[in-house]
Amino acid sequence: MVHVSATPVLALRGVSKRFGAVQALTDVELEVHAGEVVALVGDNGAGKSTLVKTIAGVHPIDEGVIEWEGKPVSITRPHDAQGLGVATVYQDLALCDNLDVVGNLYLGRELLHRGVIDEVTMEKNARELLSTLSIRIPSVRIPIASLSGGQRQVVAIARALIGDPKVVILDEPTAALGVEQTAQVLDLVERLRERDLGVILISHNMADVKAVADTVAVLRLGKNNGSFPVKDTSHEDIIAAITGATDNAVTRRAGRRTAEAAK
Amino acid sequence: MSDTSKPVQSESSEPVKGTKTEKAATATEAARAEGVVEGQETVAPADDPTAAPVTVVDPRLLIREEGFKGYLTEFKRKVKGGELGQIPVVLGLIVIWTIFQLQNDRFLSADNLSNISYFMSATGMLAIGLVFVLLLGEIDLSVGSVSGLASALFAVFVTEHGMNPWLSLVLTIVTGIGIGALHGWFFAKIGVPAFVVTLAGFLGWNGLMLWLLGSSGTINLPSDSGPIHLLGQSSFFMDQAIIGAYVLAGLAVVLSAVGNFGEQRRRRAAGVPFRATSEILLRVGLLALAAFVSAAVLNNASGVSNALVIFLAALVIVDFVLRRTTYGRKVFAVGGGIEAARRAGINVPLVRITVFAISGGFAAVGGMFFAGQTAGASLSAGGGNTLMLAIAAAVIGGTSLFGGRGTVWSALLGMLVIQSIQTGLDLLNMNTSIQYMITGGVLLGAVVIDSVSRKSQKAAGRG
Ligand SMILES: Nc1ncnc2c1ncn2[C@@H]1O[C@H](COP(=O)(O)OP(=O)(O)OP(=O)(O)O)[C@@H](O)[C@H]1O
Ligand SMILES: [Mg+2]
Repeated sequence: MVHVSATPVLALRGVSKRFGAVQALTDVELEVHAGEVVALVGDNGAGKSTLVKTIAGVHPIDEGVIEWEGKPVSITRPHDAQGLGVATVYQDLALCDNLDVVGNLYLGRELLHRGVIDEVTMEKNARELLSTLSIRIPSVRIPIASLSGGQRQVVAIARALIGDPKVVILDEPTAALGVEQTAQVLDLVERLRERDLGVILISHNMADVKAVADTVAVLRLGKNNGSFPVKDTSHEDIIAAITGATDNAVTRRAGRRTAEAAK
Repeated sequence: MSDTSKPVQSESSEPVKGTKTEKAATATEAARAEGVVEGQETVAPADDPTAAPVTVVDPRLLIREEGFKGYLTEFKRKVKGGELGQIPVVLGLIVIWTIFQLQNDRFLSADNLSNISYFMSATGMLAIGLVFVLLLGEIDLSVGSVSGLASALFAVFVTEHGMNPWLSLVLTIVTGIGIGALHGWFFAKIGVPAFVVTLAGFLGWNGLMLWLLGSSGTINLPSDSGPIHLLGQSSFFMDQAIIGAYVLAGLAVVLSAVGNFGEQRRRRAAGVPFRATSEILLRVGLLALAAFVSAAVLNNASGVSNALVIFLAALVIVDFVLRRTTYGRKVFAVGGGIEAARRAGINVPLVRITVFAISGGFAAVGGMFFAGQTAGASLSAGGGNTLMLAIAAAVIGGTSLFGGRGTVWSALLGMLVIQSIQTGLDLLNMNTSIQYMITGGVLLGAVVIDSVSRKSQKAAGRG
């Protein structure tokens, strides 16, 4: 059940971002409502991660406006985004190798007990949180460097859930995960929606997208290439928008078939 | 392990009960039974309250047995994995002491050990500041020059301007902090490599000191009062009262025991793994042994010098800051991954600037210790091998040059090694040339151990 609020909690209006000679994003529009899961799809290099990083304050935008609950905001550092309530799981994870799991989960917002870091409560909460994600980690007290790729990924996801975010951005969260853990992450996305959070989910896996997303926004070569409600959009339409290849034989035939079916 | 893969049921009907009013200290069994996540709301609901506690632990790995046996196996595993910690330096210290004692039986006499403990405090202060910088994976080459400049500044304030010595002390330390912050600013904001900035500082501040002392050469300071008296060789804790040393040792043991058992109690209450009582008793026992033997030896000489007491107090405070405060956590985070730290909302330039400021501040304090040793400011203060010894101390003590790993206690252990070598060679009447070569060799050895242990940590997946 989706109940979408009128004002989007997060909206991008005409956002552009340039890296030297590369125009990574051109005039991108995106809206995320509370209680909505927006899947952001596109080919490799389409600019998905760049878009995420502009929202998270890692790369400030060059042009355009970011609106938060209807009001324009300036996000120039990760701190700004966190202050608004944006939690991000980056594709490249961004964890500190020398800190242990608990230290990474709470990095930047340690719990304090009489002004001193409260390791005990942090460790207890970390164990509980990780167990809800059904992840097996040798110990919450070993450095991140000794975890497998998937274990790190789950730590990064768990990190985004600590605190009280309003929008959660997941950049290919299931790329390194096994079957069970992927299912857990998709369940988690649904739980986030039930809790009325906005979710941006980036994935190359159409099955995952169709399973949990409400809206699919397609990026192609740094520009919007359509935004579809998931329910009434076919797999092929999304693929066609991603590749931009309407002259592709397979998609053209598929398109023709759906057109005929519509008649 | 069937319970680890227990699917989490839809818990929408079971809202998170985590409330901000729950205090961590009241983490009681009752709260746990309700599945409450204290202190902070998490989006993922707490686990099903009726379920058995779900283990997050991989059945294959690293399950630490309870009790003392677990402690031993954990220890062995760490050593194999390249986490040598303070083992090499303790072994090294034993070897060094044995060799010197065989060469000259006055080496382990109370008077000589008392000398070591007094003279190591000055360079040790520089080493404390360097530990901060090394934790970032950077280096500060200016600490020696800054310490020399500090002693000269203090002397000029007191003798030429007739300033109150304590006010001069404060001004001198503030100047050191300012100098460090300036280095940090060039490094963090302009992007000049720290190596180059502080190399410039090494030359520049030494030049400023020579210019300040230019006309007079050496400035002598009255050594009967003020900070110079306090840091001098004839100033002792509680005026040489025998009880003074034991009070300090007892304080250390009590603090350690209270801290350890307090943590054990809190951890047990929260249901997370805690240290076995036998392990705590072993640790506290070893500390008590070391503390009371040292106290007895120093009492046999003339007591605990105030310089040493200040050095030890600084170590305790800095250790607390690094391990228990958010600032310390930020320093480790920046040392372990700049981008990760930045994305976690940490102000990386600010951490860098403050770390260099701390290094400059400790360098100035160290300079005051040098002034206390000689009761004056001389042209050679903070020169020679002061810088190398301070860096060597931090690295020998086990703080990694690669950033992100280390403890401030390495300043103490490293200085014990360095000062033992210096004092020992002095006793044997070896001249400076030999001292330099041996210290250089020891530094190289420490760096080799650091690099090798880093490699084997990588191999063991703990780099
Ligand atoms: N820091 C950077 N500096 C310069 N160019 C960059 C930077 N980050 C991304 N780009 C460029 O921006 C474009 C978009 O990259 P981005 O990482 O956003 O792609 P993506 O859609 O996330 O791809 P993928 O599916 O492979 O993750 C690419 O052409 C890339 O080369
Ligand atoms: Mg990407």
